[in-house]
Amino acid sequence: MHAMRKLGTYLRPYRHWAILAPLLMMLEVVMDLMQPRLIQRIVDQGLANGDMPLIINTGLLMIGLAAFGLLGGGGCVVFSVLASQGFGADLRGTLFGKIQSLSFGNLDKLETGRLITRLTNDVTQVQDLVMMGLRIMVRAPLLMVGSLIMAILTSPTLALLFILLVPLVTAAIVWVINKSYPMFSEVQRRLDAVNTVMQENLAGVRVVKAFVREAHEIGRFHGANTRLMDQNITAAQTLALNMPTVMLIMNVGVVAAIWLGGVQVTAGGMHVGQVIAFINYLTQTLFSIMMVSMMTMRISRSAASAERIQEVLDSKPEVVNKPDALKAFAPQGRIAFEDVSFSYDGADADPVLKNVSFVAEPGQTVALLGATGAGKSSLIHLIPRFYDVTEGRVTIDGMDIRDIDETALRGKIGIALQESVLFSGTIRDNIRYGRPDAPDDEVIAAAKLAQAHDFIMSFPDGYDAIVGQRGVNLSGGQKQRLAIARALLTQPTVLILDDSTSSVDVETEARLQEALAASQPGRARPTNGNGRNGDHSDDFSRPTGPEATEVAATNASSVVRRPSSSRTSLIVAQRISTVLTADKILVLDNGRIVAEGTHAELMESSPIYREIYESQMER
Amino acid sequence: MPEPMSRREERTDAAPPPFLMGRGPGGGPGGGPGAHFMRQVEHAKNPRGTVARLWGYLRHQKWALIFTALAVIATTGLNLAGPYLLGQAIDKHILVGDLPGLIRICLLMLAVYALISLLTWFQTYIMAAAAQRAVAEIRNDLFEHEQTLSLRFFDQRAHGDLMSRLTNDVENVSMVLAQSVTQLVSGFLSLVGVGAVMLLLNWRLALVTLLTIPVMMLFLTRWVGGRTRTGFRQQQKALGKLNGIIEETITGQRVVKAYNREQAVMADFDFANCELRQAATRAQTFSGFIGPMMNFVNNLGLAIVAGVGGWMTLGGLATVGTIASFINYARQFGRPLNEIASLYNTIQSAVAGAERVFETIDEQPDLTDAPNARPLADIRGEVTFEDVDFGYVPGVPVLKQVSLHARPGQVVALVGPTGAGKTTIVNLLTRFYDIQAGRICIDGQDIRQVQMADLRRQLGIVLQDTFLFTGTVMDNIRYGRLDATDDEVFAAARLANADTFIHRLPHGYQTPLSERAGNLSQGQRQLLAIARAILANPSILVLDEATSSVDTRTEKHIQEAMLRLMQGRTSFVIAHRLSTIRNADQILVINHGEIIERGTHETLLAQGGFYHHLYNSQFRANGKGNGRERGNGREGEWAPAATVMTPA
Repeated sequence: MHAMRKLGTYLRPYRHWAILAPLLMMLEVVMDLMQPRLIQRIVDQGLANGDMPLIINTGLLMIGLAAFGLLGGGGCVVFSVLASQGFGADLRGTLFGKIQSLSFGNLDKLETGRLITRLTNDVTQVQDLVMMGLRIMVRAPLLMVGSLIMAILTSPTLALLFILLVPLVTAAIVWVINKSYPMFSEVQRRLDAVNTVMQENLAGVRVVKAFVREAHEIGRFHGANTRLMDQNITAAQTLALNMPTVMLIMNVGVVAAIWLGGVQVTAGGMHVGQVIAFINYLTQTLFSIMMVSMMTMRISRSAASAERIQEVLDSKPEVVNKPDALKAFAPQGRIAFEDVSFSYDGADADPVLKNVSFVAEPGQTVALLGATGAGKSSLIHLIPRFYDVTEGRVTIDGMDIRDIDETALRGKIGIALQESVLFSGTIRDNIRYGRPDAPDDEVIAAAKLAQAHDFIMSFPDGYDAIVGQRGVNLSGGQKQRLAIARALLTQPTVLILDDSTSSVDVETEARLQEALAASQPGRARPTNGNGRNGDHSDDFSRPTGPEATEVAATNASSVVRRPSSSRTSLIVAQRISTVLTADKILVLDNGRIVAEGTHAELMESSPIYREIYESQMER
Repeated sequence: MPEPMSRREERTDAAPPPFLMGRGPGGGPGGGPGAHFMRQVEHAKNPRGTVARLWGYLRHQKWALIFTALAVIATTGLNLAGPYLLGQAIDKHILVGDLPGLIRICLLMLAVYALISLLTWFQTYIMAAAAQRAVAEIRNDLFEHEQTLSLRFFDQRAHGDLMSRLTNDVENVSMVLAQSVTQLVSGFLSLVGVGAVMLLLNWRLALVTLLTIPVMMLFLTRWVGGRTRTGFRQQQKALGKLNGIIEETITGQRVVKAYNREQAVMADFDFANCELRQAATRAQTFSGFIGPMMNFVNNLGLAIVAGVGGWMTLGGLATVGTIASFINYARQFGRPLNEIASLYNTIQSAVAGAERVFETIDEQPDLTDAPNARPLADIRGEVTFEDVDFGYVPGVPVLKQVSLHARPGQVVALVGPTGAGKTTIVNLLTRFYDIQAGRICIDGQDIRQVQMADLRRQLGIVLQDTFLFTGTVMDNIRYGRLDATDDEVFAAARLANADTFIHRLPHGYQTPLSERAGNLSQGQRQLLAIARAILANPSILVLDEATSSVDTRTEKHIQEAMLRLMQGRTSFVIAHRLSTIRNADQILVINHGEIIERGTHETLLAQGGFYHHLYNSQFRANGKGNGRERGNGREGEWAPAATVMTPA
């Protein structure tokens, strides 16, 4: 409920409409409530006195009021739709924007699938509730109270019946709802169970068929399905009590009103028209109670949606820019980890990385090796500041990356993530993702570097082939190569490949490595600093002071070792063949760097490295 | 007088709470998001045939149906009696002052109303069970039938789509069966009945009422309906587009952030969001008008009955009681009209859903046992491929003229680049797909001539990506042989080197696993798959070695376990490890769907062909040969050998 009130602020821009709609609804309700009274007038005054003009006038008045009511009702629809659609669109937009501002840590916690449900399902739920709220939720209580008042006005004596009927109806409804609500939750659980069997069956279809377990699966399904059916029947049969019970109570009330009213009419204390009108008000009141009860159930469901939305809106981005963060930034690409510890759940939890320190000089290729869960991905995710370190610091060219604007930082880093996500659109669009204005020849150059050009050209539409369900089917290795091309096209100062060649066959990978080495921008264009063509504007803001000299020094030293100094590469790999040529190999185990050096050095010094090497290479 | 003054409430939310309805598969992402937003009316291609088949499912509940039908007729009749009795009470008793008569008629009315409630309850009660049984049967049929379909079927269809047939479509059908059908029938009966009774009671007033209310209603619904339909179509389109953007962006959120694309993505979103808002506003407004309009027509009906009726009463053509009855009848007449219109849409959607379900049930399995298929038992394990041609899609050959011969107990290593066709060979051996030309034989028998279940029982498969089912570790191993004793399961796990890590799990063998089994590493999952295969004790094995993501220790365990598993069985290994390849009895080098080289490690190396290059590029650093390969990571290291062998 609290969450719902908070979301109510999104209705504020539409408050004029949100106020108008219920007012217009009130108009409609009032007009509706007048009708039985007018019928009563026709019967009691017109008919009793034979007053023809009164009958005709009243009839016309009824039509006029009905038309007024239509105006009110129609107006209410228009304004409630305007308000709720505006509300929904704003909420959706805010939520989407919020998600864009969240960092990886938030995304891990919120989970992709659930975020999608929130943006689609939950927002719609709440939006529908607003619309309902401005219409029926106004109408039902108004009608309930209004009819009650009108009934009392029509016949105070007969209205005593309400004292008996209202609690009865309420009790009956509450009883059925209380009884059936848990039943339906159970239905949902059992439905989930049926879905699970089906989903597993689809996902594991090869296993099922390979082990000839079709009969076993059918048995499993029958079980789940029968349990679902039983529960469905129980729940539906309980709910089946609802309508007949309420109807019965109401009709008993009607009969009672006829009898009591009849007695009074005979005694001369009442007119027939009054009885007729009263009966109408009576049924109206009791039906409104039922409506209100159903609405409560709806609200409680929407409240759950509202809470889920609020949870996202309330989450604070874990990585935020400092107010004075450096916006213009043109690094050489010297990356240093200084005693970095990191844990996904803050300082108290088990650290994933422990006291990691290393340096990657500009132009160097640093490879990370280690078992699953050793911390390789976590380590490289710290460089673009997907997460913030728990302790220590990560620097680029000596600058703490937390002092640099996120966008500026990531603009210098090209990263191919572990799972290569492609977006719908053409292959060209996908490669251009990080630099939408890149000219075609650069796109092709990047694709060639990433060893993707040949397979792209094998599609009939080449670079214009559509990716995704309706387009070409790409293998895992092809997707990975596109992701690498995408990273390369941004002409990054720092290139990060997070196990992004795992599905590429060894031979293609070898060519890729070679091409990457040959393409070091420094080597192709010997002097052009950081090799980014796109935006030179930020080249002026190079850090001065001690960092600058440090950079210069490392530059010099790396020039001695290799004639390039432009793209620092960090490569996470499983295959040892991927890392053989690296300038530096870091072996991670359990969050610590346990060995560091070139292949040759590590073969001498590190037993762990030798073990990995031998297991993959055989002696 | 069972009818309230305004009937609008019923339409708005009187249906059972929507949580009755099935949730989409997997929390929604894949499965038609936004379907809940508003129901779009779909049209079945063959409504008549589909309805007939639905009827077939209901027929099993014959007595329930007969009873429901009788109950519907009875309630409709009794509903007509209510207002009539009211009119009688007013005219014959109240106005005359006949109190004993009034008591009698009141008691009669009580009886009538009690009977209505009782019958309504009973009918809902029985129909709920009947509908759920029918739906459960449909679901079972659907699932059972899907078990007979081949992998080709599953390849061609999105899982989300199949899931939504099982949940949403079936659930729609159940709603319609349980409620809409009886509503529709009683609606029609009421229409006829009310019309008749009104005409009998007072044909003049009846004609006036019947000519105005339905005509107005039809006119209004048509006017609104047309606009609503186009509006909803546009809204649906806008919604689909927006949901597409949402799904894609959120799924790729990490890439969006890595490439600083937040602003661009938000611009796309805002545009689509705005489009949706406009389309939805239009659609919702027009559809929202239906409510006030129906209300207006109802009120108009009241005015006509009261005004015209009053005028007629004065002229002696009607009575006060008639007016009271007519007020109710007029509404009883308007309601079914409105209901039938909306039911029509619901039923249309459900029939379209049912059609999709039946479409799947009608899918012909393209892989079936030959009529005279032989059983296959106690085989030696000799496998031959003779000139096999195959493609997943017609016209795109994946395997060309593949021939091979594996003697019983041999280990055959399949080597080659990704996409060369290694996995396809495995898929054909297990007869997941049928070949287009040539022959595959086991012990000299064409696998198309033996019973499929027998064939697969003789084959054990360990795939790289192990699929685990919801259940315990024990259940998952036992999947290999359902009647295995606990001890046999333990023994298999020990042989598979899985025993140690299983004991370390929180509940040992009873540890529950989930589909994605986040609690196990990929390597551990593969060990479970090996245990599964050991338990199944097949004569022929198919193994897919893991390429990555397995730590060294687990990898050793896997290798050992695989060796144990291969003992004494004909084994096909999609090999990535040199040791496996070296120890193989024959190596088949596959490229572009053809076996381009075959032999043992030594003979192939000596040939100096593709394998030789492959070997060099993959394992060149293993110490023998020139010193450059031992190098310590300078450029130039990447020996040209790798580039030379670009597949032609």
